[in-house]
Amino acid sequence: MTVAHEANIDIKKGSSSLLHNLAFRGVAYQVLLAAAIVLLAYLLYQNVNANLEKQRIATGFDFLNETSGFDIGETLIEYDSEDSYGRALLVGIMNTLSVAACGIVLATILGTIMGIARVSRNWLASILASGYVEICRNVPVVLHVIFWASVIRNLPSPKQALSPMEGVFLANRGFIFPVPEPNPAYTWVWVALAAGLVLAFGFNYWAQKHREKTGKYIATLWPCMGIVIGLPLAAWLVQGAPLVWSVPELKGFNFRGGASLTPEFIALLIGITFYTGAFIAEIVRAGIQSVPVGQIEASRALGIRRGFIMRYITFPQALRVIVPPTTSQYLSLTKNSSLGVLIGYPDLVNVGNTTLNQTGQAVEAIAVMMAVYLGISLTISLGMNIYNRIVAIKER
Amino acid sequence: MTDTTAPIAAPPRAEGQADTDQPRSRQQPPPTEKIAVLRWMKENLFASPGNTLLTIILGAALIYWVPAFIKWGFIDAIWYTPDPEVCRQSDGACWAVVAEKHRPMLFGLYPYEEHWRLVVALAVYLGSFTITLIRRFWHWQILVPLWTVAIAVISTMLWGGVFGLTFVETSQWGGLPLTMVLFSGTVVLGFPIAILLALGRRSHLPLIKATSVTIIESLRGVPLITILFVAVNVFPLALPDGLEFDKLVRVMVGMAIFFACYQAEVIRGGLQAIPRGQYEAAESLGLSYWQMTTRIILPQALRIALPGIMNHIIAALKNTSFVLIIGLFDILTATTAVMQDPLWRRWFVEAYLFVAAVYFFFCYVLSKYSQQVERWLSEGRRF
Amino acid sequence: MKRIQKFSMLTVLASVAAFALQPAAPVQAEEGPTVKKVKERGEVLCGVHQGRYGFATADSEGRYKGLDVDYCRAVAAAVLGDSEKVKYIPVSSVTRFPALQSGEIDMLSRTTTVTLTRDSSLGLNFGPPTFYTGTGFMVRKAAGVEKVEDMGGATVCVVPGSTTEKNIAALFRSKNMQYTPVVIENQKEMVGAYFSGRCDVMAMDQAGLPGHRQFDAKTPDDHIILEGVFSKEPLAIGVRQGDDQWYDIIKWVTYATFNAEEMGVSKENVDEMKNANNPDIKRMLGTSGDLGKKLGLDNDWAYRVVKQVGNYKEIYDNNFGANSPLKLERGLNNLWINGGLMYGFPMK
Repeated sequence: MTVAHEANIDIKKGSSSLLHNLAFRGVAYQVLLAAAIVLLAYLLYQNVNANLEKQRIATGFDFLNETSGFDIGETLIEYDSEDSYGRALLVGIMNTLSVAACGIVLATILGTIMGIARVSRNWLASILASGYVEICRNVPVVLHVIFWASVIRNLPSPKQALSPMEGVFLANRGFIFPVPEPNPAYTWVWVALAAGLVLAFGFNYWAQKHREKTGKYIATLWPCMGIVIGLPLAAWLVQGAPLVWSVPELKGFNFRGGASLTPEFIALLIGITFYTGAFIAEIVRAGIQSVPVGQIEASRALGIRRGFIMRYITFPQALRVIVPPTTSQYLSLTKNSSLGVLIGYPDLVNVGNTTLNQTGQAVEAIAVMMAVYLGISLTISLGMNIYNRIVAIKER
Repeated sequence: MTDTTAPIAAPPRAEGQADTDQPRSRQQPPPTEKIAVLRWMKENLFASPGNTLLTIILGAALIYWVPAFIKWGFIDAIWYTPDPEVCRQSDGACWAVVAEKHRPMLFGLYPYEEHWRLVVALAVYLGSFTITLIRRFWHWQILVPLWTVAIAVISTMLWGGVFGLTFVETSQWGGLPLTMVLFSGTVVLGFPIAILLALGRRSHLPLIKATSVTIIESLRGVPLITILFVAVNVFPLALPDGLEFDKLVRVMVGMAIFFACYQAEVIRGGLQAIPRGQYEAAESLGLSYWQMTTRIILPQALRIALPGIMNHIIAALKNTSFVLIIGLFDILTATTAVMQDPLWRRWFVEAYLFVAAVYFFFCYVLSKYSQQVERWLSEGRRF
Repeated sequence: MKRIQKFSMLTVLASVAAFALQPAAPVQAEEGPTVKKVKERGEVLCGVHQGRYGFATADSEGRYKGLDVDYCRAVAAAVLGDSEKVKYIPVSSVTRFPALQSGEIDMLSRTTTVTLTRDSSLGLNFGPPTFYTGTGFMVRKAAGVEKVEDMGGATVCVVPGSTTEKNIAALFRSKNMQYTPVVIENQKEMVGAYFSGRCDVMAMDQAGLPGHRQFDAKTPDDHIILEGVFSKEPLAIGVRQGDDQWYDIIKWVTYATFNAEEMGVSKENVDEMKNANNPDIKRMLGTSGDLGKKLGLDNDWAYRVVKQVGNYKEIYDNNFGANSPLKLERGLNNLWINGGLMYGFPMK
């Protein structure tokens, strides 16, 4: 209705009117908007305050330092019921980050495989991949998560656990597997791994420069893998190859030893990975198809090998199309990890929810949750923007 | 989207082929059946050693799994029984759980004797929706009266309180009709907000632009759950005493604003794609900002942004399931509640597959439809 | 064409507006205490449990039953004259306090333990306890657990934001035992998780456990409830601070049920008792005096509570005692004269 109203004014009034002066109207609109925002914010603030005061509900963020009094099932940092709400929330943040990070890695792998399969020349692979994509992205992520949580909760109990391999168990208590016992020697293995990664990147960079300068191709894939795997292996062997497995055993209620992933973590991870993977697959497919066929035909005509075409012609160009939408998929995956609250995974929202209830400070608890997610989102956006700048077309 | 089942190597389609429905065989020399099949297999399944290997692995997996699935889902399945014992004896799927529990699953907490009203409401809604999707009926003269009547009928059926129907509160609404109400409400409320936000973000006025950017970016940065928490827990505190809004309305507004922030970015993409010349031409004709926007710019921008817009509309449908967290009884919440029945609990896979199929049906139809609309709109256009 | 567009926009707007406004409660210009709102609305908004046997359960047609439910009905009978004028709003352990704070419910009658923090910084007021219980544990018989000390290393299912959640943290800590909490907000999901084997132990108010064993277990005999209670859980009705009249009504409706039992006034004999020779009974039931007026109600309020809902014994027996499938002993929930804690303050 505003539209029609404005239009009428424009037609009736002459252009000499102050109302028709564009600059004046621009200022007027903005002043009005500013006034409305200030007024609205003031009213909301006033109402919230009045309501809280009338009901004598505590306000402020002091509760972050109070003792929480509850335990959390999975913690990446040390925490017990004597710690503060603030630390409990930190545990929640760590859990959110860990499931989101695992989800991003797995969804990227799954999505890339499925995306390539969809454009594959193999009819069977392509049809299966499109079946996966259509089914998984047309079913809500909430349902994915609930479904997998139910599946895992209905696995056999620890005593009748499925054991596909010696020492590996799948039960309604999660996925339990053997890990090497901690040993001081492993510190050096990790150092060697880090060094290997740095060296591999360096070598790759040098090879690229060399190729650009001389046009000579140096194979980097195998040497790089050799460095990355070989260095830690060597470090391990040099220290006498210490290896004692901590094998899970059923004792009392549950498994002792080994490492485990909880059912809630697995269900949430599978749910968000399958869902987001379907979207990433579509993005990857679109990216690959965005590369003009002519380029590939031209490369073939030049006699370039298939693998080379994929790696040096198709992929870099596809990446430019792939990266921006994939960023938003990573963001939505991270935000969807908040569904942990549904199935009891102690993520930020879950812990925040408990805090909200124990302290009664809904406004502050929700504000903390929102602020943290906003922070995570902005960080991911920033990181991906930087990456995008690296892969984007460099105009010369 | 391209037809994924078509081999990449197939000849490009002739112009307008999609509309004339010409059989593809007219463009290819007609070889004998058998050779054609063999050649197709060679090209699409056994083109290279790697390809052959992949085909064999996938084929083996299919041969192993598909019959097992068919046996479970169809041959050994129990389709109907009121007695869970019968299902327990069988190795197959227990679709009886859906048959037995479909009413609480589809209609939630709505009073049992009044379920027929929901059936009527759903039928009217789906009927009107289908008519709206058909291109021939895209006229205001048809759609406006249609939806006026449809909304009147649906509200009467859901609320009641007139014509001798008992009044049913929104807190008792549930199941698929609630999903439908949430979805439509989100889109109808959210779309105008999205357009305003998108225009605001493109505005030359710094304050308006900054406000839009802040709203869009901050709401896109937080999960939908937290927005629902605000709508349910915090928003009532921000209202003056005595003023109350129904929980369903609060939730719907929250979802609409969330939807609008994503949709605004898609629409902004469409706006950015409009060539500068269009603005200049409109301005030189003496059109005001709103005339230019509503008559020239927006129609084009929305058309360009259509695939993205449809994606977010489909996402809005899927997002209605988030109300599970705040205890509104949509179809998914109702199903999880039904699945707490100790007698039927063990067949949760069948129940969830049923719900998944319902969502899949609507989302898939909408996405296929949006591709069709894209084809309609791109007819005779250069961009 | 333009007119049609305008018209269509109007209809869309109108239908949206109709949709937004129809379910909204009547807008009040002035501040009014809860009673006024309840009377205008014609029903009490009562927050109840999502499903705990004995306290609040809904049958397949949405009819609620339970001790907590009976107190919602008692308040409606006292204030509105009809115990059926209640709208039950199931709330989870996490949503219950925000629901009260935000005004979504008028009273919280949902197995809520009175604690200092809730009374003070959560801004709640609690009526007299309507039920005394403590944290209890249910375990599978096959696990061979007989006492708390056997539960070391167990996985424990519990709802978040409950006193139970904090109690088990303190209990296991004091016994120097490890445990893994599995915290699921939805009560039914949590119970389902225990029975499907996700947890070794289910912890909740002990009085709630027998019902879950009886109705949610495939074979009730496979599960045992550990002897003894491990905390103090006085359960009471919660209301918002800042409305003393409403708080008083809640308080005295509860006392009325206790006093009625003590004075032998029950659903059956309340009509005769109205004219009994006992001045205390007469004053309570409103035949004499003006207690109702002092609360801002009419004089028959307590009569209606007993007539429509019953005295405490009747409420207890219907939901936990002889007339219920649970058949729990009264224990602490007996009257003070019978060795329990239920002690109605004098209605004078």
